[in-house]
Amino acid sequence: MVDNGVLDVAYPVVGGDFGQAGEGASKLKRVLQQIGLAPSMVRRIAVASYEAELNIVIHAFSGMLKAKITASKVEVWAEDQGPGIPNVELAMTEGYSTAPDHIRALGFGAGLGLPNIRRNADAMEITTALGTGTTVYMAFSNVVRKEQ
Amino acid sequence: MTMNLKQIVESLGLRVLVGGDLLDRMVSGGYVSDMLSDVLANGTVDCLWITRQSHQNVIAVASLLGLAGVILVNCPEPAPALVEKAKEEGVALLMYEGTTFELVGTMYEEGLRGCKRA
Repeated sequence: MVDNGVLDVAYPVVGGDFGQAGEGASKLKRVLQQIGLAPSMVRRIAVASYEAELNIVIHAFSGMLKAKITASKVEVWAEDQGPGIPNVELAMTEGYSTAPDHIRALGFGAGLGLPNIRRNADAMEITTALGTGTTVYMAFSNVVRKEQ
Repeated sequence: MTMNLKQIVESLGLRVLVGGDLLDRMVSGGYVSDMLSDVLANGTVDCLWITRQSHQNVIAVASLLGLAGVILVNCPEPAPALVEKAKEEGVALLMYEGTTFELVGTMYEEGLRGCKRA
C-alpha cells in the first residue's frame, strides 16, 4: 500500500514450515528490485530479512515480516509469537545457537544469523519478552537507487 | 581468471539438473559450505556454491545472493520440489558424482578461486 510515498508490506511467517521459509524475504526482495534500489542495497536487505525470517521459522510459532519503504530508508520488522530470547547478548554472539540438531542438519543454527543481520543493517534492535515473542528491527538508511 | 558455467560443466562432467539455458553465466569464484548462514555471510554475486545440502532453502539462499549456481556433491538424488524451486527461481542446479575434494581441486587447477566478500 502506497501512502505519501511510503510503501508498507507484510508477509506472514509460519513457525516450523521449512518448505515456505524465505518466501517473505524473497517477496520483499522483488518489491525492492521493482522500486529500483541498487542491487547491493537489495542484497543487504534481503539477506538480513531472510535471516530474521528463518529465525522465526526455526524458533517461533508464527510471525510477520513487515517492511516500510520510504525515499530515504527501508525499515524491516520481524515480529514473532514465540519463546523469546533469554539472553540477547549471548544470542548476538557469533557461533552461539540454541537450534536443535534436526535444524542444524539442514544447515541452519550456525549462530551466524543475528550477527549477519547486524553486519548488513545500518541499525538493529531486538525487543523480546520471554514466553511472548521477539521483534527484530532493522533499518537500512542511505537508500541508493539504481543508476538510470 | 573467469569462466562461465558451461566451461565448468564440461570440464568436470557435471550433470545439469536445472539451467541448461543459464550456462552462459560468468562465474566469479567458488564457495564450499553446508551451513546456509555461512554462505549468506560470505557468498558473493556470481559465485558458485558447492554443498551437499539438497533442500529448497538452498535455492532460496542462492537466489537471494544472486549466486551463479549450486553444485550438489555427495548427496542423494534431489527431491522434485528442489528441482522445481530451482526452475522457478532461475538458479542453475548442477550435480557432481565425485568428492568435494576432487571437485574443488579440479576447479582450482582450472583457474577458479574462492569468492571474496567485498
